[in-house]
Amino acid sequence: MNTRADKSSLGRHYLLDPVQNAGSCLLFLLRMLAGLRPQLSQAQAVLQQTYLIGARSLVIIMICGFFVGMVLSLQAINALEQFGASDQVSLLVGKSLFRELGPVLTALLFAGRAGTSITAEIGLMRATSQIDAMELMAIDPIQRVALPRFLAGLISVPLLTAMFNALAILGSVVFAIGVMGLDAGIFWSKLQTGVLFSKDFLGGVWKSIAFGGIVSLVAVYFGYTAKPTGAGVGTATTNTVVLSSVLVLIFDFILTSFFS
Amino acid sequence: MRANYKVELASGVFLVLGIAALLWLATQATDYGQELGSETYVVSARFSNIGDLRTRAPVKIGGVTAGMIESIELDPVTFEAVVHMKISSKFDEIPMDTGASILTSGVLGDRYIGLEPGGAPDFLVDGDEIFITQSALVLEQIIGKYLFNTQSGDQE
Repeated sequence: MNTRADKSSLGRHYLLDPVQNAGSCLLFLLRMLAGLRPQLSQAQAVLQQTYLIGARSLVIIMICGFFVGMVLSLQAINALEQFGASDQVSLLVGKSLFRELGPVLTALLFAGRAGTSITAEIGLMRATSQIDAMELMAIDPIQRVALPRFLAGLISVPLLTAMFNALAILGSVVFAIGVMGLDAGIFWSKLQTGVLFSKDFLGGVWKSIAFGGIVSLVAVYFGYTAKPTGAGVGTATTNTVVLSSVLVLIFDFILTSFFS
Repeated sequence: MRANYKVELASGVFLVLGIAALLWLATQATDYGQELGSETYVVSARFSNIGDLRTRAPVKIGGVTAGMIESIELDPVTFEAVVHMKISSKFDEIPMDTGASILTSGVLGDRYIGLEPGGAPDFLVDGDEIFITQSALVLEQIIGKYLFNTQSGDQE
């Protein structure tokens, strides 16, 4: 009797709860989008959040992009030199950046830099009863607090990805041309003939928009549903990083296999 | 009001930088704008062997890219490869007796089609076929022939 009850609760814990969470996350997204209004105040709130989570993530994204571009060309040149093909390095760097590394690494960095702060902020608002106060004043907290952060994330991540890619190409230029002495003309012409606008570049842009949506949705959802205690906010922040990283990598595979 | 202005300025700078990066990447680091222009016409050529020629490979006249390969199909009756080439309308005075050969850039590089213009007064137009063609030189076959010849020479 006892073991049977344990089994059913285990099944509930590992099977039903995640499904229920996914459903409530979807409903949360729908409630958030239902609050979308063409109002100036809402646009201003989105702009404010774009500054807080987008513009202030710019420096870390740029530094990381630069070094990723440098290490990518270092490894690529080491490997390609054995075949006498080190002038293909820009092609390899460009394709791998636009298709995979740019969108994925930016989304992971964004989850760590901005996703956590969104969750902690909303969780703390919940813990200090600010969300309840809004509800008492008949202000929809989902529309007021969650929506601007979600939209700002959706806008910021593709732009951050573009900056990441641009700085990575720059890093590759610095290393491959400046340090290793490859020919600049061959470097750029390989990029401009080998990297396809429609397949490689636009594919990466769609991906980064999807990742922006995933990371921001997870961050606002966990913040909004955090337990109103110090430990609850901490757990919610951890969950944001873990789940958004896992989801980004899962959806990376799904999007790549369906749309290529 | 002042703090708000600063915030708006900073996020504006962020948006401008991001969009500028997108545009720069699209135009400088991809093949965007490298297309042939909107005006093109299609001619075809038959080859007995195309090697590893691919679609989107360049079609060159005198080493300069004038078009690209649109599609490759196998003729079900003659078993020849039919290659359709899209050529920019800038080059609309290519003579009828132009030859097409499948060449390789470098020793092991990519395949492309080289056109050698003839001297006929008529020009190729959309849907025409190039009759003078030369198939790809397949390295394995050449080496095979060479080995076979020296072996048979030894036996004599």
